[in-house]
Amino acid sequence: MIALSDYLIVSAILFGLGVAGIFINRKNVIILLMCIELILLSVSTNFVAFSRFLDDIMGQVFVFFILTVAAAEAAIGLAILVVLFRKKKNIDVEEMDLLKG
Amino acid sequence: MTIQQGIFYIFSFLTVLSASMVILSKNSVRALLFLVLTFVSMAGLWMLLESEFLSITLVLVYVGAVMVLFLFVVMMLDVELASVHEGFTRYLPLGFCIAVLIVVGLVYAVGPKNFGLESVPIPAPHPVDFSNIERLGIILYTRFIYPFELAGVLLLSAIISAISLTFRQRRENNKAPDPHSQVKALKEERLRLVKMETRK
Repeated sequence: MIALSDYLIVSAILFGLGVAGIFINRKNVIILLMCIELILLSVSTNFVAFSRFLDDIMGQVFVFFILTVAAAEAAIGLAILVVLFRKKKNIDVEEMDLLKG
Repeated sequence: MTIQQGIFYIFSFLTVLSASMVILSKNSVRALLFLVLTFVSMAGLWMLLESEFLSITLVLVYVGAVMVLFLFVVMMLDVELASVHEGFTRYLPLGFCIAVLIVVGLVYAVGPKNFGLESVPIPAPHPVDFSNIERLGIILYTRFIYPFELAGVLLLSAIISAISLTFRQRRENNKAPDPHSQVKALKEERLRLVKMETRK
């Protein structure tokens, strides 16, 4: 039978891939946004798996709110990306130094 | 091997494979399509965990709306592919090391030793007439009604901020029609009725 640890391991691998993607892709902001989506998906999977195995609906309520916030985040992130592309004509991560940080 | 195990292994293999293709593929459109595949196969895993509502929401709302939004933006921005992928091999070892470190640490923490079948037994499957949506809806509309309303306000503010960020002002001497002045126009300004004698 499928134990809780199997689901947790799948989501751990997904989390690692998301973090590695942020490190690997230094050029494209869209890929960075996709990696954040991957990380959020792995966290949501943890919530759903615990909700099933502890028989507590609360985890699914949390995932519901995570999906809401992730949708809002994606919309605003893409809007910022479009404005940035209009201004600089590329979306290179390493050339983003307007704030001199 | 039961049928559930077969489904679990197929979907989790598909998830991991497509997630690694997301971060490795050269083309952003292709990466995005692999991300869609990741979401769909993860929805399959959630269905296996008996949370039907969230699984269907993930496919309908996430793949259907958010990923299509991503696709629009990716296709609107014409980024040259060659420059996008410079420095890829330079950071590949670092990214790989970080990924291995995180995965090993997490698997050690959540592995079968702590969350295996002995410590967390599999709960009995829900009866056939059990409604996941009903249970989720009851708790969302009673105990979590205030956060639920706040989530709606959050989405509204996201809509307004996204529109106001990307909204472009009209340029001067633009020839395109201005709907505002068109609506305000009166009949008397545009139309002149002339009475004429009919000639024979």
